[in-house]
Amino acid sequence: MNLTLQIWRQKNADAKGAMETYKVENISPDSSFLEMLDILNDQLINEGKEPVAFDHDCREGICGMCSLQINGEPHGPGRAITTCQLHMRKFKDGDTIYIEPFRAKAFPVIKDLVVDRSAFDRIQHAGGYISVNTSGNTQDANAIPVEKEKADKAFDAATCIGCGACVAACKNASAMLFTSAKVSQFALLPQGRIEATERVLNMVKQMDLEGFGNCTNTGACEIECPKGISLENIARMNREYLKASVK
Amino acid sequence: MASLDSKTPQGALADKWTNYKNNIRLVNPANKRKIDVIIVGTGLAGGSAAATLAELGYNVKAFCYQDSPRRAHSIAAQGGINAAKNYQGDGDSVYRLFYDTIKGGDYRSREANVYRLAEVSANIIDQCVAQGVPFARDYGGLLDNRSFGGVLVSRTFYAKGQTGQQLLLGAYSAMNRQIAKGKITMYNRHEMLDVVLVNGKARGIIARNLITGEIERHSAHAVVIASGGYGNVFFLSTNAMGSNATAAWKIHKRGAYFANPCYTQIHPTCIPVHGDQQSKLTLMSESLRNDGRIWVPKKLEDAKAVREGKLKPTDIAEEDRDYYLERRYPSFGNLVPRDVASRAAKERCDAGFGIINNSTNEGVFLDFSSAIERYGKEQAHIQGVHNPSREKILQLGEEVVASKYGNLFDMYQQITDDNPYKTPMKIYPAVHYTMGGIWVDYNLMTTVPGLYAIGEANFSDHGANRLGASALMQGLADGYFVLPYTIGDYLADDIRTGPIPTNTPEFDAAEKHVTDRISQLINNNGKHSVDYFHKKLGHIMWNKVGMARNAQGLSEAIHEIAELREQFWKEVRVPGVPNEFNQELEKAGRVADFLELGELFARDALERNESCGGHFREEYRTEEGEARRDDEHFTYVAAWEYTGKPSEAILHKEDLKFDNVELKTRSYK
Amino acid sequence: MSGIIKSSIARKVSMALSALFLLIFLLQHFLINFSSVLSADMFNELSHFMGTNPLIQFVMQPILIFGVVFHFVMGFILEVRNKSARNVKYVKYNGNANSSWMSRNMIYSGIVILAFLGLHFYDFWFPEIAHKYVHALPEDPNRYFGELVVKFRDPVRVGLYCLAFVFLALHLLHGFSSAFQSVGFNNKYTPAVQKIGKAYAILIPLGFIFIALFHYFNSL
Repeated sequence: MNLTLQIWRQKNADAKGAMETYKVENISPDSSFLEMLDILNDQLINEGKEPVAFDHDCREGICGMCSLQINGEPHGPGRAITTCQLHMRKFKDGDTIYIEPFRAKAFPVIKDLVVDRSAFDRIQHAGGYISVNTSGNTQDANAIPVEKEKADKAFDAATCIGCGACVAACKNASAMLFTSAKVSQFALLPQGRIEATERVLNMVKQMDLEGFGNCTNTGACEIECPKGISLENIARMNREYLKASVK
Repeated sequence: MASLDSKTPQGALADKWTNYKNNIRLVNPANKRKIDVIIVGTGLAGGSAAATLAELGYNVKAFCYQDSPRRAHSIAAQGGINAAKNYQGDGDSVYRLFYDTIKGGDYRSREANVYRLAEVSANIIDQCVAQGVPFARDYGGLLDNRSFGGVLVSRTFYAKGQTGQQLLLGAYSAMNRQIAKGKITMYNRHEMLDVVLVNGKARGIIARNLITGEIERHSAHAVVIASGGYGNVFFLSTNAMGSNATAAWKIHKRGAYFANPCYTQIHPTCIPVHGDQQSKLTLMSESLRNDGRIWVPKKLEDAKAVREGKLKPTDIAEEDRDYYLERRYPSFGNLVPRDVASRAAKERCDAGFGIINNSTNEGVFLDFSSAIERYGKEQAHIQGVHNPSREKILQLGEEVVASKYGNLFDMYQQITDDNPYKTPMKIYPAVHYTMGGIWVDYNLMTTVPGLYAIGEANFSDHGANRLGASALMQGLADGYFVLPYTIGDYLADDIRTGPIPTNTPEFDAAEKHVTDRISQLINNNGKHSVDYFHKKLGHIMWNKVGMARNAQGLSEAIHEIAELREQFWKEVRVPGVPNEFNQELEKAGRVADFLELGELFARDALERNESCGGHFREEYRTEEGEARRDDEHFTYVAAWEYTGKPSEAILHKEDLKFDNVELKTRSYK
Repeated sequence: MSGIIKSSIARKVSMALSALFLLIFLLQHFLINFSSVLSADMFNELSHFMGTNPLIQFVMQPILIFGVVFHFVMGFILEVRNKSARNVKYVKYNGNANSSWMSRNMIYSGIVILAFLGLHFYDFWFPEIAHKYVHALPEDPNRYFGELVVKFRDPVRVGLYCLAFVFLALHLLHGFSSAFQSVGFNNKYTPAVQKIGKAYAILIPLGFIFIALFHYFNSL
């Protein structure tokens, strides 16, 4: 396949960026999208130019490091996958592909396609945990039975990889899906109920401080989430928040 | 030469850890506040250690090269975590987990460490559940288990195919609590580039801020390396792209011995290589072997026809399929340990039965059709469907298989464009885990005082081969339950030391060393990219130091790697400047280290004239082609001391004594 | 407490609650208007009641006005904040791939509805208030029907009226179920809520359009 790439280039956080055009040739449809970018970068290095910076690590859709807005969608046109799981067979020979960083005020660009998602970490610091010390004499795991349906829902919420696609997809750059996934996971488990009030208040407060937008229920986050985290979690967080506010 | 002292406590095996804990020195809470600990790496081992040490009161500085500790590659572990809970009542016990691990490791691990690991395994599950890790549960609300390779009990706890993710997020959440309290200072997008020794003790590190390129000095009273394994020395592996051996290799160069580098686990079920442009390999969890049957065609012409796309695997009759694991190992069948399964696949492919159309034809089938049919019939029975049609059975069966392995099947389909519900998966072994690593004693301390190595970065618990679902167990055991005790015993001496200054000649020298090397890479202006050399190194490693090794190949590899390294330093091109975000520079430093480590790896493999676990020497095998161990001469840990050139490293031995198990030839027949 | 009111969730819940209130009002408004199609007397009777009952005039009407103003003001505040949450725009943004046009453009459908409300106030509410409270004219319980039909003689006004209700339909197509989601209602009844929402969003505006056209064509 031969492709034209429109890629956002920006030297550093303070520099002004712009789209630039590149061509790549003889790309195998079996290559992954990031392997295609590897090929572009090898080409650029051999031409004595600077390669395109982009985040990636596990390349199997679980670490959440890769990002990229591809043709106007986070993680590209596929569903329930990350950019690293996107394969070139999704594109056609001769296509022009637009590649941009995830855009949000809370995700400033570091370089080219690399953004700073530490806002997500700070939301987790605010309450994304259960306060239990490591002692070696915690009660036996089976002493806390959990209804299977709730355990499964908690798991589904817990599969969030923190990639930021929800923010990137949302027209408001809202981080509600991300925040609600963690709030939900713990709200559904008996272990997590004890701190539920403080957790939801603190995490939402931090989320707002980071400058994410408001949720307007467009549902774009759920569609673009590589792990299919459900909007149900946002509704649950709204309930939890209301409950906590009147307490 | 005297055997290396493992500092294993005296006493009966089952009492060692308890006695040890009862007799170590403790640091009082007020003094812990005066002590800093650096932890490099935030995977299961590093993350859990950081959280626990901070809970205890130490000031922790944690470093990771990713943008968040949550991204460490532990997250990619799929199948599960072992623990001797015996919830299934199938005869499991601490001793049995200990025994299985020792045997699975082909009798090349330290008894006392493995026993301790088995002993704390149950605590890990309790701890994780208390943290809110959503393990799979049955309808009674209790925890579910599955079985893994090389054992006869169900002791593996899991969270679908994302157990590593859930456990890592558990450790990450524990870290977050301490970060919020200010007890952990997190240095994301930082890479450790050297360790600083003051008066022979580890007292700090030099790290590069990967965003600004700034070289930073960080001091502490102890340094813990939890930076994972070195599988990426093979270029293609199931490790993350950024997984590297730099931290481990730097401490090796500063005096920490490197143990058993040749013990590498080649995981039998990975998606095969598709072409030259491939950047990494993807694992398909071992749990798939619970229900999948591995086979190749019985007839060479069928294998050829499959490769050429003229014959579909589903059209090959049952009697023309060779379920070679079931044939060779009737008692364990498809659930033989990883090393055995991998070698068996290679044996079939070398004999010409491989089914993949790539340059090496290396691939075999992993087939779920029998499981789908079996589950379908079972479900039909449960649902009271009488005389179900074949379609109905398949539909019901596929639903069961989807509920167990859905995400893995989806992942497979994304990558290969094949539907594994309808046609068998194509798989082949790939580099996955390194049992070797930094040598540590019973305290998890390296040969440098105050310098610790935990998790995959150390060599300690898996011997020559790791059992499935044991890596997560070891990482968390080290971080949550072992290191927090052992490090206290060492730090008890440091309560009066006070803060370690960073404006000392030791830090100056280490920083200069780091900056010189970076300038050398940047100013080299060669003609090849870093990946060019990494791929070449991977090629040598896979062909000559891979699944089957021989003396000649290994000697050649040692020379070829040394030559490649020389070429690298002459011809590598690293674009950009040092004081900015520069991913090529990061890669260059890591590959430079792999180019040294690979040579030591081959040397270790050459030295070990036996076959054991993941190390298979073609010269040492039985008439049936199985691995032949040499207990008389090689029941030791090979710990290498750096002297300036990897191939001239000095070998130190730690003799392994087995007081509680009898050394047997491992048989899974 | 003030912190909670400032939070993004409190904002969106208040938006949803005002919306739910307006949904009920709209239904009520529709039913009364629809009576004008059935019988002039019934319409006069209902309008007279609404126009003179003190509870409705002095309690419900101010609440309604507050609800409307609040919904618009909060809508604009959220829009401004949401716009600023993405300070650099995408060069290419494929919103259609993951969300409906309606959900992404509530502000525009809302602005059209606001403009229409201006017209509506000019047509009905201001004359009504002037009639009752400024000039304090005597109440004629049979005046309402006549005042209604006279407005629907102008084809331009009827056209604008219909257009505004198309935008109201678009607004409601997202807004109805969205309000439920915002207050945390997402469970096994959600698919039913979505269906009811769709029916409401299409039928009510269609009904208003029908009423307008009915009187227009009757006046010809």
